[in-house]
Parts: sequence; C-alpha cells; structure tokens
Amino acid sequence: MGLILTEDQLILRDMAKSFFDEKSPVERMRELRDSRDAVGFSRDLWKEMGELGWIGILFPESVGGAEMGYGELGVVLGECGRVLAPEPFMSTVLLGGNAILLGGNEPLQKELLPDVCSGNRILTLAFQEKGRFDPYAIETKASRDGDHYTITGRKSFVLDGHVADQIVVAARTAGSSGERDGLSLFIVDAGAPGLTIHRDNLVDGRNGSHLELENVAVDGARVLGTVDAGADVLDAVFDRATVGLCAEMVGSFEEAFERTLEYLKTREQFGVKIGTFQALRHRIANLFAEMEFTRSIVRDAQTAIDEGRNDIAEATSAAKARCSEVAPLIAGEAVQMHGGIGMTDEEEIGLFFKRLKAAELSLGDAIFHRNRFAHLRGY
Amino acid sequence: MSTANLEEFRQEIRTWIDENLPSELRVGTRKDLPKKLLSQWNKALISRGLVAPEWDTEYGGGGLDRKQAGIVKEELNAVRAPKLRTFGVAMLGPTLLEFGTEEQKREFLPQIARNEVTWCQGYSEPGAGSDLASLQTRAVREGDEYIVTGQKIWTTGADKADWIFCLVRTEPDAPKHEGISFLLFPMKQEGVKVSPLNLIDGSADFSQVFFDGARAKASHLVGPLNGGWTIAKRLLQHERTQDGGSEGGITGAMKDTIFDLVKREVGLDARGTLQDPTIRERLAQQELEQLGLRLTMRRAGEEMRASQTGRDIASLGKYRWANMVKDEQDIAMMAMGAQGLGWSGDGFGADQLERTRAWLTTRADSIWGGTNEVQLNVIAKRVLKIPE
Repeated sequence: MGLILTEDQLILRDMAKSFFDEKSPVERMRELRDSRDAVGFSRDLWKEMGELGWIGILFPESVGGAEMGYGELGVVLGECGRVLAPEPFMSTVLLGGNAILLGGNEPLQKELLPDVCSGNRILTLAFQEKGRFDPYAIETKASRDGDHYTITGRKSFVLDGHVADQIVVAARTAGSSGERDGLSLFIVDAGAPGLTIHRDNLVDGRNGSHLELENVAVDGARVLGTVDAGADVLDAVFDRATVGLCAEMVGSFEEAFERTLEYLKTREQFGVKIGTFQALRHRIANLFAEMEFTRSIVRDAQTAIDEGRNDIAEATSAAKARCSEVAPLIAGEAVQMHGGIGMTDEEEIGLFFKRLKAAELSLGDAIFHRNRFAHLRGY
Repeated sequence: MSTANLEEFRQEIRTWIDENLPSELRVGTRKDLPKKLLSQWNKALISRGLVAPEWDTEYGGGGLDRKQAGIVKEELNAVRAPKLRTFGVAMLGPTLLEFGTEEQKREFLPQIARNEVTWCQGYSEPGAGSDLASLQTRAVREGDEYIVTGQKIWTTGADKADWIFCLVRTEPDAPKHEGISFLLFPMKQEGVKVSPLNLIDGSADFSQVFFDGARAKASHLVGPLNGGWTIAKRLLQHERTQDGGSEGGITGAMKDTIFDLVKREVGLDARGTLQDPTIRERLAQQELEQLGLRLTMRRAGEEMRASQTGRDIASLGKYRWANMVKDEQDIAMMAMGAQGLGWSGDGFGADQLERTRAWLTTRADSIWGGTNEVQLNVIAKRVLKIPE
C-alpha cells in the first residue's frame, strides 16, 4: 500500500462522499444537537452504513465483516469528518469493536460482532477516569468471586454510553493506578444490576457519559484477553482507535481549510478580496503545508497497521502528535480568518473548531504522543 | 532495458563503486574530505561517464536511460559517495540541452562532463534579490560581441570560476521580464573583477562580481534575444529540485546525527529518556517534520506516477526543508549551550565548532533559491490559486 489511495479506495471515497453529501450535510449534526435527540445520532443511517459494509470494514467475513483495513476505513472516516457525522464509529467500531476483535475469543466474537457489523449493536469502551489521557490511570476495581468478577468504580468520557448495548470496562485486578500490569477488560451489559449510566453532552455535540459501577457482576467467561494483562489488548486498541481518529481529523481539518480558502477568495473588505492580503496568504499557504504533511503521516500509520509492520505504535504516535498539533492550528486560523462571523453558532466553521478540539484531546494530545514517540525512538 | 538487464547493470555499478570508492570517502559530501582521494574519485567518475549519466555520449555524458541513471544515483547514495555536482552539471547542462544551439552544446557540454571548466551563476544583483527580474546589468551589442556592464552579487565560487552564465538586460525599454537575455562569457578577462564576500559563518564562497566592459561572443547568447527570463526560471527549477526533494536535514553531511548530539550534550536518565523534557519535545517535533517531508515528497512522486490530479504538494518542499534544517541547528545550539558559542580554540570539540558554523550557514537556506516569503507567495498564487 502506498501513500496515495488505490483505485478501489478512490471508488469507495466517491461513494462515501456522495452518501454523506446527500444524507448527512453538516446541518444534520446541528439538528441532532439542537433537538436534544435522545440517541444523538441516527440509528437508521448507521444501519444503512452497515448494509453498505462500512461498519464491518475491519471485521472478519465470518462475522459479517468485509475484512479490509485501515486504508479503507480511513477513507470512510475521512468523509465522516468532512460533514461531522456523529455516527458511532469511534465507540462501536474503533474502541468497543476492536476490543472484542483483538481480545475476544471466537464464541464472544460470534456472539457480538455480527450485530455490530449490521448496525444493530452499539458498543463502547469505558477506560477513562480522569481528564488528561493517561492509559493506565485506572482505579476501578474488579475482584474475583468464584466464577465471576465484581466491579466497583467510576468511569468518565464513555462515548455513546447511554445507548451502548455492551460496555467494555477496563478495571484493575491487581496493582495500583498508573501501572501497566494488573489491568483486565470485562464485557458488561448495559442493563447489568449495579451499573448506572449518566448521559453527558459534549462540546462538539457528541455523546459522552459517565458510569457508576457498584458491585457489578461479570461472568469470568466475559473477560477479554488475559486477566492482569489487559493492557496488551488495550494498547493495541488505543493505537488502532487513534489511527482511525486521525483519519477523521484529517477529513475535518481539510474541510475547515477548504472552507477558509474559499472565504478568502470571496469575502471583501476595504474594497478588495481579503485573500489579496499577504498576511493571510502566507498563513494559509503554511497551513496547506501542515495539512499535507500530516495527511502523509496519517496514511503511513494506516499502512503500518494494514501491513502488520513492527512500528505501529511509533507510526500511530507520529500521526496523532501531528494531528493534534495541526488540528487546533487549522481550526483556530479558520475561525480567525472568518472574523466575527466565525464566532457565531450559525456559521458552521465553529462546529469544526469544536469537533477538532475534542478529537485533539482524545486518546492523547500532541504532547502525550510526542513524548511517547520520543520514548519509542530511544530518547 | 529488461528488469534482468537492469539488475545486471546494478551489479556492474556496484562492483565499479567497490573498486573505485575508498572507504574514507563514504561519508557524504563534506568539505574536509582528503583532497587527493577526492580528486582520484572524481577522475574515476569522469572516465566512467557518471558525472552526467543521462547526457548523450557525444556531449560527454554516460548515455544512460532514466532507469539506469536512477540506479547509478541509488547506488552512489547508498554508500554515501561524495557528489560532483557542479553548477555546470546541475544547472547549465540541462538548460543548454533544452535551449542551446547544437554548436553551444558541442562546445560546452563535454567540458562540463569532464569537469574541465568551472562555471558560476550570474543572477542576483544588489537591487535584484527576490525581485530578480528587475536586474540592471546591461549587455550592448557591438559587432560580433556583447559588451557587459554592471554588478552581480551572491555569485557562488566566482573567484574560482572560468565562465559565467549570466542574466543581462538587452532591451532596457521593454517590460522588465521581456528585456532579459541569457549570456555565457569567460570570467578571466579584463573587465571582470571579483570581490569575495565574508559571510557570518566565516565562509567566503560567495562574491560580488563587477563588469566594466566585459566581452561575450554574440554566438554565446542562449535562446532568443530578450527571451532569457523563461530560461532563467527553468534553470531555477533545476536548482530547487536539488534540495527540496532531498531527504532529511543537512545531518547527512555531518559526523553524527542531531539525535546523537542531543543525547551526548544533554544526557539520558536511568530510563533512557533525555534529561530535558523541552528539548526532547523539540527533537520529536524535528523528527516528525523530517518524516512529514520525506513521506510527502514520496507521495508527490506516487501521485505523479499514478497521474492523480491534485494540488502540487512538491511545491512545499523547499519552504519546509529550509525551516527544518534551520530548526535542526537551533536545537543543536540549544543542546550545546555555551559549548555552541565557540568560533575557534581547544575549548571546543571539532564537532561542536562544525555545528556552530552549520547553524550560521543554514540561516541562508530560507533566503537563497527563493526566500521563504517568495515560496509562500508562489504557493498561495499558483497552488492555492488565490487571486492577487
């Protein structure tokens, strides 16, 4: 796989583009937000994406998937990013789905993934407990009790938690917060006794939630990966989810860039188009460079996963470090160059600004990933 | 050539390099290479026709096709062979092949390929830097000759050059882009005076050149009279592709990488992490920039080969490359601290002194060959198509 889209991927991109243009312009996301929609995305549209095979891109054919890779998923996520579609790729596919795919045995995969692929099952992953991303800062406890585990603790920033059918919960079976060892992953049903899910609305209009778990019982057969070594699964899930998030971010900041470029060509002040001002020309030319460099690095990270290279973690952190650096730069300049109108809720550029901030801070910001990259590179 | 034949050719070149390139020279293009060995190696390159591998043999080239020439380049790069890339080979040669008369090609190309004649480039003037087309050096026709009067600046190697390819104004009343011609003439003549410029890094490779009645043969005017601007721009493209497309910083030419240097100067803690988290982040940013440049230039090549249309991302190369190499030396200076402030003396390591000079030298990278500001203007106008 090279750094440019293949013929098949170009066809997929055109399909996805016309699908989202027709069925999911940015206004749809705004309507869902403003109407305080109970779900927060469209279940019907999600099922349509299931029929098109997009939800199952990563999953094996045996569970109804297409068995393709991040190159293909990235194309679809990029188009989602361009229209800010809030459908649950992150919660259900990249986080929850990947946890089942990478950590679940065959019976668990057979039980859960077919409905995921068709769009009839929503999953999510509950890992975060504090604000800044810190993958092993987990205090929620799971204790063994015969053939099952009992989980007690609190989780925050659980995406789409209020509509998830199952929540994969990362909890500590040994050790203390901050340690990589001693983590385990459990599949918890949404209706499990002792589990309370509170919906939260996020700044980008998406669904967050926080959980209270009080002696929630989980069957020992519903553990993903190995007890105490859940971080092996978790790390792999985070890398893949991060690369998926980067693909979506590229779509969003490309769209924000294009809209801003168009604005510079049409908006007039002092009797001339504002794009004639060198102060703005130089800045947008530089943004173009930042955007293209980042796109190359993200594509390389997708290739690293799809080809099973041994530098997936490194390529992932390179991609997210760049995305999280460039996203606020482009989004911030986009609002600035739109001037006063950019501050209004009516102008859509602000929606891109907010979504990109959420994505920037999710799964590790630029500082986190630069440090991780440096560590992996031996300094 | 078939794939099998190309593979055979590669083996042939590899063997030839093994036999001719001593290990002392396998360190990239550096200024302090042993002179005798370098001169032997250059002679070997010349006799094998590898100075200008793609030129026809009748012009002194290697007569290789593009794929073979690519193999030569790859094999030489793989062993970090020092390059013999003169102004003649890199810039004037391709320009003459495109615009020169048959007589001009026969007269000049073989000398260039044999490295017998050293050329310099007469472009910039004190009043014509970024606005190159406003140049004022005049050439007036007198019989079979042109008489040249004026001044050039930033002329690399002018004090050692035998000949100059020079932009001159031949029609003062025409609009500024339409009165320029491209003229070749010898430097060693009365009417040409060279005065080297001492730069901030202590080097004196650039000169000011004064023309006071210098003489050029009329038959040495390249392309049409007053049509020199097109040729000048084309030649600049050859100049820009030399560096924007190259991978990595100028680290390639230094003894150790910026990563080695920072580790040594700053020190690692027990976990193998740099002791200073800020420098660590700067270093990671530098490495990510190198990665971005490398991957983006590779992507530009893939897009071109696949004929995928889009914005010209290769145009970003020179601008970002310049910032990157400057930033690399800034990091080195930050890491060295006071040890980076030496000009000479035993108190400083040779590598430290070399870095300090490199820090100064690289300040020019965002200036020559089109300043960063000019590059951004070009991207805004030609790539993003924002009307002026």
